[in-house]
Amino acid sequence: MSKYAAAQKQAEPAVLQPTPQPKDDFQEELVVRPLHSGDIYASFQFRTLWETDFMRGNKVSHYRLFPKSLGQVISKFSVRELHISFTQGYWRTMQWGQPYLPSPPGAELWVWFQDSVTDVDATWKELTNVLSGIFCASLNFIDSTNTVQPSASFKPLGIGNVTDHRFLRYATLPREIVCTENLTPWKKLLPCGSKAGLAVLLKSEKLFHSSFHSQAVHIRPVCQDWQCKTTSWELRQTLNVVFDLHNSGQGKREWSLFKMFSRTLTEACPLASSSKIYIDITDNPEQFELSPATSLLSQAMVLGDRRTFSVYDLTQQDTFGSVRSLNLLIRWKSTEGDMLRPLLHAERYVAGYGLQTGEIHTLMYNHHPYRSFPVLLLDSVPWYLRLYIHTLTVTSKGKDNKPSYIHYQPSKDRVRPHLLEMLVQLPPNSVTEVTVQFERALLKWTEYTPDPNHGFYVGSSVISSLVPSTVAMDTNSTRERPLFSSFFPCKEESSYFVRVYTEPLLVNLPTPDFSMPYNVICLTCTVVAVGYGSLYNLLTRSFQIEEPSPGLAKRIANVIRKMRGVPPL
Amino acid sequence: FTLSIYLSIYLSIYLSIYLSVCLSDSAGQFFSSGHTNNWAVLVCTSRFWFNYRHVANTLSVYRSVKRLGIPDSHIVLMLADDMACNHRNPKPATVFSHKNMELNVYGDDVEVDYRGYEVTVENFLRVLTGRLPPSTPRSKRLLSDDRSNILIYLTGHGGNGFLKFQDSEEISNVELADAFEQMWQKRRYNELLFIIDTCQGASMYERFYSPNLMALASSQVGEDSLSHQPDLAIGVHLMDRYTFYLLEFLEDIHPASKANMNDLFKVCPKSQCVSTPGHRTDLFLRDPGSVLITDFFGSVRKVEITTEAIDLTDPIKEVEERPANGDVHKEMHSYVDQLPVSEIIHQKPKQKDWHPPDGFILGLWTLILLVFFQTYGVKHLRHIF
Repeated sequence: MSKYAAAQKQAEPAVLQPTPQPKDDFQEELVVRPLHSGDIYASFQFRTLWETDFMRGNKVSHYRLFPKSLGQVISKFSVRELHISFTQGYWRTMQWGQPYLPSPPGAELWVWFQDSVTDVDATWKELTNVLSGIFCASLNFIDSTNTVQPSASFKPLGIGNVTDHRFLRYATLPREIVCTENLTPWKKLLPCGSKAGLAVLLKSEKLFHSSFHSQAVHIRPVCQDWQCKTTSWELRQTLNVVFDLHNSGQGKREWSLFKMFSRTLTEACPLASSSKIYIDITDNPEQFELSPATSLLSQAMVLGDRRTFSVYDLTQQDTFGSVRSLNLLIRWKSTEGDMLRPLLHAERYVAGYGLQTGEIHTLMYNHHPYRSFPVLLLDSVPWYLRLYIHTLTVTSKGKDNKPSYIHYQPSKDRVRPHLLEMLVQLPPNSVTEVTVQFERALLKWTEYTPDPNHGFYVGSSVISSLVPSTVAMDTNSTRERPLFSSFFPCKEESSYFVRVYTEPLLVNLPTPDFSMPYNVICLTCTVVAVGYGSLYNLLTRSFQIEEPSPGLAKRIANVIRKMRGVPPL
Repeated sequence: FTLSIYLSIYLSIYLSIYLSVCLSDSAGQFFSSGHTNNWAVLVCTSRFWFNYRHVANTLSVYRSVKRLGIPDSHIVLMLADDMACNHRNPKPATVFSHKNMELNVYGDDVEVDYRGYEVTVENFLRVLTGRLPPSTPRSKRLLSDDRSNILIYLTGHGGNGFLKFQDSEEISNVELADAFEQMWQKRRYNELLFIIDTCQGASMYERFYSPNLMALASSQVGEDSLSHQPDLAIGVHLMDRYTFYLLEFLEDIHPASKANMNDLFKVCPKSQCVSTPGHRTDLFLRDPGSVLITDFFGSVRKVEITTEAIDLTDPIKEVEERPANGDVHKEMHSYVDQLPVSEIIHQKPKQKDWHPPDGFILGLWTLILLVFFQTYGVKHLRHIF
């Protein structure tokens, strides 16, 4: 670069200095956490930081590490924050603990727009169409019937002062399938693609043969330094996967990179400033052993607990050893030990019988022995389940628990869904149950999907909460921290923010017999044909007398008589 | 002496003319097909796990077409259901075309443009005719022009004159013929190859009437197309016979191959397919023997030579990006509180936008006013108010 500048200076002094490109930085990391049930949880995070301004007049035209397709989406639709996730499977909190980045089954998209957007709904519709082309998903099914505007949940995760919820839109597609065709464009957004670095491990045949698979893209503005005077855009691509002991592990409590991903690592991404693998060894050495051994250790305060990690730095050549490839091996030594029980946990199910009415029950568990904390419950129910809000009850420990904040927006048929947001205080060591009755609507026959007997999905409830932590959380957001602990901003030391998703519901709606139009047409046409046909014949048929034609013998006899000149028979 | 000069001049002129004729001949041969880009529209119309073979059919044609050079941006792939990540698939993220799981046609690099419920007759016809809503992304559009060769492949369940989409609607052969006529009138294709692998497939191309269409079908009217073989591990039939032998034929084709359409017509004779494949070439202007397979299945980029020169001597000046020196005192940003409990509890309700009263309310008030005036009369108004 400098030689070119020097050559330019010699050739033509009038040419301007090549301006320094905005600084961008790429980091990748993989966190592996062995779970108590013998499964293993791997979380990939790829973060690109770029100090640039998409919003001002000058168009950004030189992209280096930041993918151009997403940069153009941000500037064209004036996006302030974008979070999109594709998940296959349901996260089992009680067996696996809390995930580093939660996501609901199916597809979820929530976006904060800038203040300058005048028509948020039209921009939202265009944005979903463009994203459906980028990620090869049917996000174009997101329209006003499944989009809501939460009034208190989903505050921006990036920097900002104004939080006018008019600029927020949230939608889920619980039916959305995730497969290789979603992973392929996701991998193409990475600077190294799937050719170098940690992304070589992302092989679809192994990733989708798992209990849980989630890939997400998060874009938000973040602070550059401690004073937070300059901001830069952060793009995080995350992939969480849980491999099952019996499906992928063949029943043996022994995991290695090759067993999980059918690949080993040979080099870090050359464009990455840091490329690390963290193995959660807090339960080591009693529980399991790790090889090859490493001397690097790191401690991090994540999810309200202090965890210890073994670190493998892929930018150091000696990590790969003499065989030039890294294949981590984790072997269980014993199967005892309890898991740290997660403090907040939620379930949801449909009760009732028949195809007329039903009841939705949401249960929220607070496992803390003496502290109570508030949770914000967001429920978005499609319009064809007509909720009776007068039957809404919130009970904890058998007594009525009045929420301190309720926001309810009723649905409008075929226009918008129900939105229910409640701030509920969960008493310590208790179960809080929220029940509401509903009635099922009969849809028009063209509104049914081609397979209506499968059922209709209701998206997951979202429970956001500040859970008290056992250790002091780190509030300094700009210190060098591993990526998995720096996603949710932390304002105070005594609690950490957590988001829990419940199961999606599958309800059967009364389904008509789709062959009835054909039956009706056949019957009507038959009746009309028979009735009208007979009437027409009776009215227009005229009768004529006709001699029957004589038989063969008579005809021969008549011919002979004619020859004889005698009158015929 | 002068004679030899005249002779040499004459010879040189003759040689140059001869050479230029030769070159233009080979150049002419190079440009003989008349198309400059290739597109493919591959549609699988069946839903449900037991129709695994239709998805495998479409994906194997997709694979061949990609291998022969057509990029993903020029392929519109429509799969009505997901077989690879279906919960009944014992090997997730794979779709096999041959028993013993030899060939994974799904692969690691696949981009499906229309999937699931999006595969409808309306969307298919909109893709063909180009009448899509303005916010449709590029990957879902067929952006062909009048020099494009398009390959259209349909598979699913069909009957005499129709093809079933997702068990809930059908497309008829008349609609399809009209769509191709619209494409012709809008100059959206140069030549079009239509392949269909369904029962009674030949009925679908009976009604075509636009020029430059060539059609192949896996069975005649009154015949059923049969599937190839089941796989006992997966539990369903993996492919249809016609497409299985078509895939075998295409695996031998490479981008420089000289095989022509007559070889394609011979794929899967009655002895292998049990049904009789049919084809229709009367609307096609060129002789099928001179049409290369790669004219439709591959993507051979033609180069047009121009003699104009472009002046590149001016240096490109870089636009100076003015650094933001203006705001010396920048405001301090901070992260937003994720769950501000006190703020939420004391949140004021949103100011709802005022809408003019609805038709029902207007009608109700009109009725009330009419009754009022009828009862009391206008002249008594002075006394009431």
